[in-house]
Amino acid sequence: MSVARFWRETPRRYNLGGSKCSVCGTIYFPPRAVCPQCTHHRQSIEKMLPFQLSGEGEVLSYTIVHEAAEGFEMQVPYALALVKTVEGPVLTGQVVDIDPATLRIGQRVHATFRKLREEGKAGVIHYGYKFAPVEDADPRPPPRTPAATAPATDGAPGDRAAA
Amino acid sequence: MQAGIVSYGAYVPRYRITPTEIGRVWGADGEGMGQGLNVHRKSVPAPDEDTITISTEALRTALIRGAIDPQTIGAVYVGSESHPYAVKPTATVVAQAVGATPNLTAADFEFACKAGTAAIQTCLGLVGAEMIRYGVAIGTDTSQGAPGDALEYSASAGGAAFVVGREHVICRVHRTLSYTTDTPDFWRREGQKYPSHSGRFTGEPAYFRHVTECAHKIMEASGTTPKEYRHVVFHQPNGKFPQRVGKQLGFTDEQMRYGLVTPYIGNTYSGAALIGLANVLDHAGPNERILVVGYGSGAGSDAFDLETTDALAQFDRSHGRPVQSYLDQGVEIPYAVYAKFRGKIHMGGS
Amino acid sequence: MREVGILGVGQTKFGELWDRSFREIGIEAGLEALVDAKLSSADLEALYLGNMASGTLISQEHIAPLILDYAGLAGRHLPSMRVEGGGASGALALHQGYLAVASGLYDYVVVGGAEKLTDVPDATATQITASTADHEWEVVFGATLPALWGLIARRHMHDYGTTREQIGQVAVQDHEHGSKNPLAHYRNKISLAQVLDAGPIAEPLGVLDCAPFSDGAAAVVLGPMEEARRRSETPIRIAASQVACDSMALQHRADPTTLESTSSAARRAFQQARRAPKDVQVAEIHDAYTIAALVSLEDLGFVEKGKSGPAFAAGEFAHGGRVTVNPSGGLKAQGRPFGAVGVAQVVELVRQLRGEAKERQVPNATVGLAQDVGGTGATSVVHLLERAN
Repeated sequence: MSVARFWRETPRRYNLGGSKCSVCGTIYFPPRAVCPQCTHHRQSIEKMLPFQLSGEGEVLSYTIVHEAAEGFEMQVPYALALVKTVEGPVLTGQVVDIDPATLRIGQRVHATFRKLREEGKAGVIHYGYKFAPVEDADPRPPPRTPAATAPATDGAPGDRAAA
Repeated sequence: MQAGIVSYGAYVPRYRITPTEIGRVWGADGEGMGQGLNVHRKSVPAPDEDTITISTEALRTALIRGAIDPQTIGAVYVGSESHPYAVKPTATVVAQAVGATPNLTAADFEFACKAGTAAIQTCLGLVGAEMIRYGVAIGTDTSQGAPGDALEYSASAGGAAFVVGREHVICRVHRTLSYTTDTPDFWRREGQKYPSHSGRFTGEPAYFRHVTECAHKIMEASGTTPKEYRHVVFHQPNGKFPQRVGKQLGFTDEQMRYGLVTPYIGNTYSGAALIGLANVLDHAGPNERILVVGYGSGAGSDAFDLETTDALAQFDRSHGRPVQSYLDQGVEIPYAVYAKFRGKIHMGGS
Repeated sequence: MREVGILGVGQTKFGELWDRSFREIGIEAGLEALVDAKLSSADLEALYLGNMASGTLISQEHIAPLILDYAGLAGRHLPSMRVEGGGASGALALHQGYLAVASGLYDYVVVGGAEKLTDVPDATATQITASTADHEWEVVFGATLPALWGLIARRHMHDYGTTREQIGQVAVQDHEHGSKNPLAHYRNKISLAQVLDAGPIAEPLGVLDCAPFSDGAAAVVLGPMEEARRRSETPIRIAASQVACDSMALQHRADPTTLESTSSAARRAFQQARRAPKDVQVAEIHDAYTIAALVSLEDLGFVEKGKSGPAFAAGEFAHGGRVTVNPSGGLKAQGRPFGAVGVAQVVELVRQLRGEAKERQVPNATVGLAQDVGGTGATSVVHLLERAN
């Protein structure tokens, strides 16, 4: 992919910049020039305003990909999901930092910032959104205890990445 | 109003590998190595993580915690020795990814493991001189040790971002000073994948001399002694050096308790002292004095005489993960997966 | 608009045709159709060619005049044009040919579909397949076409209780049907256990849930219906030809388990033909991934939404069922030369409606339906064919 082709989408890929129809209030990602919801599309022309998604959402569906898309070969098997954001738009993206076998429809996720692919060893690196699970079990506020003195395993026994 | 720390955030990748597992591959006593270094596990970045993504995650957390409008940031400096590009800044991607562009200055810093503390000093100057409202200093690395080398048992990945400003300061900076010489204890030449080091020369004439001198000088300048500090954070290439230097300087284990994170995540290089400081701030209450002494090979030390403020009590630490969770959690991987993730496997094909 | 008939059909073997070039297979199918129509090339007035990806597959764009040339028709300077709509390219070309004859602009046209996949490595073919999804907002983020159909499958299982076994049964039936088709890429039968045990591609879909990469070409000759009646004792009429489109990316559909392009095209087609799903005895539908067949059966109106899994597993769409689905073996067993698929579906229907399908013949078939889908359903084309004697 040419550098410019990716670069021009960075506001969307880095920061989830979508658009909102100022006529009917519907939010879109990626941004649109006309609002498909407005009965007379013309009334929304030039009235689509920038709107940034929060990145919070939940998994509508997911698949575990074993035959990778180009540039994703080192990550198989990886989870790919349809994520319904709290603002409404649905995004397609990887779910990282999770044992794919534990992924479920309805899993709460938030957007994270990762490498999407590299243009070979000498080319540019493309970055953008992926999703990571929201773990309700996060200890917060932090307990005032000393760090464990022995290596601990996290809550997912047997979860060995890509092993 | 004096420039100080107004917010912070840390990020450590999810995967871990143990010295025992590394030693198993190389026919070495990995367990003994881990005990000798006081490193129980080290963090490993996923194949889609690098200094840019780690810096971005840490800074996003810091900006939300401090309720800072990214458009008010005047500078982003990222200190690392593992910038993904040799030429093309890490800082511009990070600035764009947090929505801070275009009205700011940005640059990458490199000074082995102390590039992040150097970035904080630069931000203190810019903010203190009222040239900018907020300055961002990040220390992050996805450091590599050559396969089988002693460094491989500790070199890990992680980072922390600090926002420097004058309003709602949660941690005052009483003083910062540095101690710098030309000491070739550790280096990486242009085009080389892995760094080289001068073995035991990295100890006494390098780490210990610079950290000790710098700590003495800042306490002398501030008129303080170790017992005035509730917490102390040293650069921590392993878990042993900071313990030894702390003892030599007269600090207790209790003072080092939160600032020592390397035993649980490994040496995050430019991130090491800063993640230690982040962990201290996670646990600290108002009006606690903190001494930070960073170190970078080559060589130099940056010291900071800090004190938390009453504003820390109102500071929202609930967003993002506390450092403690990174120390406690993680998913262990075998060496083969680690080698794949870190690009140590020679791939065929065109 | 006048009635349009199919006068002749032709199709090459589908599969890995290592010794045959793109132009060779294209010409073979076209000439067979012309002979079947009992026409000479002097009668032809236009050529429409369905092809999805010749540029990336064989580094050759501008293929319509190429085929015209090697068919020996360059000297007559006939109009020849390529039609592209992802995996629905073939049926989309048929729609164009249909419109040309129906309008009265031309009397006799050839509609071909051809694709040569095996001249690129599998990984490249996989990428090209993914190019029928939204590159910027799906593929860049790690989606492949089977991954997107995997998302559809998982949600269908979640919403309707469809089981992995029911989905896998599509592949079993396709191979059973394909075993009777001499032109099929795969003629081996497979068991449900084999489908379930096959290596994963994009869970829940495995290797045997995915159609193969095949070379192949198919062609039909269209003409005025009165000519079809005059020339054949079993004339075939195109009773409906309808195209419908939807959002490019799966993520923008209100319900990922419904192909609204297919339901819209089917509704319009049944209206145009004044027919209903119950009138259809034989159907060739999209099954590039097994789940696609189940979803399509629902959206075509053959079974209630969410009920396709049990109905399929009960044999309702096998030979002897209420509608025989994919007697050719479908994309799964007959093969998947992208642009040729939609035309080959119609070739199979014509042979079924004429009673020429030999051991895979659906008894008393008089109405057939073909559904061709591009990507995850951004384009659907539905044709209804009738025996009109």
